[in-house]
Amino acid sequence: MDIPRHWRLKKQRYALVGEVCEHCDAKLFPPRDICPECGEEAKTLFQFSGKGEVYSYTAVYEAPEGYAEQAPYTLAMVKLDEGPLITAQLTDLGAQKPAIGMPVEMVTRLLRSATDERGMLIYGYKFRPAVAQVA
Amino acid sequence: MSKVIIAGIGQTPVNEQWDVSLRELGLQAIEAAMQDAGGLRPTALYVGNMLAGTLSRQAHLGALLADFAGLIGIEAATIEAAGASAAMALRVGMLAVASGQVDAALVLGVEKLSDQVPAQVESALAMGSDTDYEAEQGLTLTAQAAMIAQRYMHEYKVPEYGLAGFPLTAHANGAHNPNAMFRKAVKPETYAKAGMVSAPLNMFDVAPNADGAAALLLTRADLLPSGFPHPLVEIAGSSAVTDTLALHDRPDPLTFNAARLSVERACAQAGILPKDVDLFELFDAFSIYSALSLEAAGFSPKGEGWKWAQDGAISLTGELPISTLGGLKARGFPGGATGAYQAVEAVLQLRGQAGGAQVKNAKTALVQSLGGPASTAVTHVLRITG
Repeated sequence: MDIPRHWRLKKQRYALVGEVCEHCDAKLFPPRDICPECGEEAKTLFQFSGKGEVYSYTAVYEAPEGYAEQAPYTLAMVKLDEGPLITAQLTDLGAQKPAIGMPVEMVTRLLRSATDERGMLIYGYKFRPAVAQVA
Repeated sequence: MSKVIIAGIGQTPVNEQWDVSLRELGLQAIEAAMQDAGGLRPTALYVGNMLAGTLSRQAHLGALLADFAGLIGIEAATIEAAGASAAMALRVGMLAVASGQVDAALVLGVEKLSDQVPAQVESALAMGSDTDYEAEQGLTLTAQAAMIAQRYMHEYKVPEYGLAGFPLTAHANGAHNPNAMFRKAVKPETYAKAGMVSAPLNMFDVAPNADGAAALLLTRADLLPSGFPHPLVEIAGSSAVTDTLALHDRPDPLTFNAARLSVERACAQAGILPKDVDLFELFDAFSIYSALSLEAAGFSPKGEGWKWAQDGAISLTGELPISTLGGLKARGFPGGATGAYQAVEAVLQLRGQAGGAQVKNAKTALVQSLGGPASTAVTHVLRITG
């Protein structure tokens, strides 16, 4: 169930809210409160644009518990335009093959299905090919 | 300070052991190690385990196993560091014995992965990653390794099958190990035809999950029983280092920085350079890990570790034998117990007891275990001592 745990992460999951370090201007996602670049405190919220490009990717066939309905799915590491690298699924690929360097943008999708009848549906960020490229 | 000696070793076969419980697995390895040590009795037990709480609904393994092994009264606790759990337990055992507070420390790696279905095991293993920001996106350790491999092969222009030599070597070596899960050499054409698990990793690039337990009994040289029957193997260097938990938080996800630092520190303690070792038991949970571990240990420049997989350089008779008793790939991957197997296998090599997999004149071994993609790296230098 973990309701409070998922509730605490809603800003990150739904809106890619991370932090900016006021000392060295590093943009941080996920938020971590101590800047890994300069070691100073970093607690100022920062909204990421959701734009980025694919750093690497793979296909998942043997999905963990709660992800079987989505399998096979494409998992990626996405380099956000503001700097951080994050782990997320690619979605809405259609006939497009994923590729290193592919421009992508954030969308909100179902991350994980309920694992029992009282379980929660978890929503959060995934990335799709950037719309400009699709059109 | 008196040297810390590995006086006894024991292991169970690595496999899916449906008829053996977690505690029975542990007991088999403990009894074998105590017998091997000539009856030396431990005064402490450090258990390396990652997933008993999740997959067996059993915590408190220290008390469980001390009790079940007839050792009630001794100090005992679990040490957890994902895939490096048992290697970290070995380090804790070494520190305890070296400190003088503990005379004989039993280090047990034990893991039971086969009681649950694969989807649950994958979920449980992924708990060693950043649950909130990696596992919750549907990440498995295999998919993560595949993404490392994909980027690595792209950046360094590695040819298709460029990593094949790692699993092929492991399988050739595992054929000589009676405790290995797979004891059969694999042909290059079999590798090339294997089904993809997560591209570019095929089924031979991924170590198989399995059950197993291995144990080492440590003591100080001056406390060894008289007439001790084996050549003495000492722990000459030991280092544990952490990196970012999440792979995506690293400046360069293709560098195992913790692995590099722990090799440097363990070798410095032993007064050697990595090139002085006779074999390297590295953590080949995935073929790409072997390449990155060789680079981290300084055996290759960055981006060239995969070249070791060519031309037999890592075979038993090569320049740097690795995965000598099958590695994780052919011996099998018993989760957090793995580090104990690696150390036990290195001791067999140094004692000259490795049978058909024996590396000639092996005097010094480098042994490294990783938690996740080297989010934790634990390295030991083991060597024959006078």
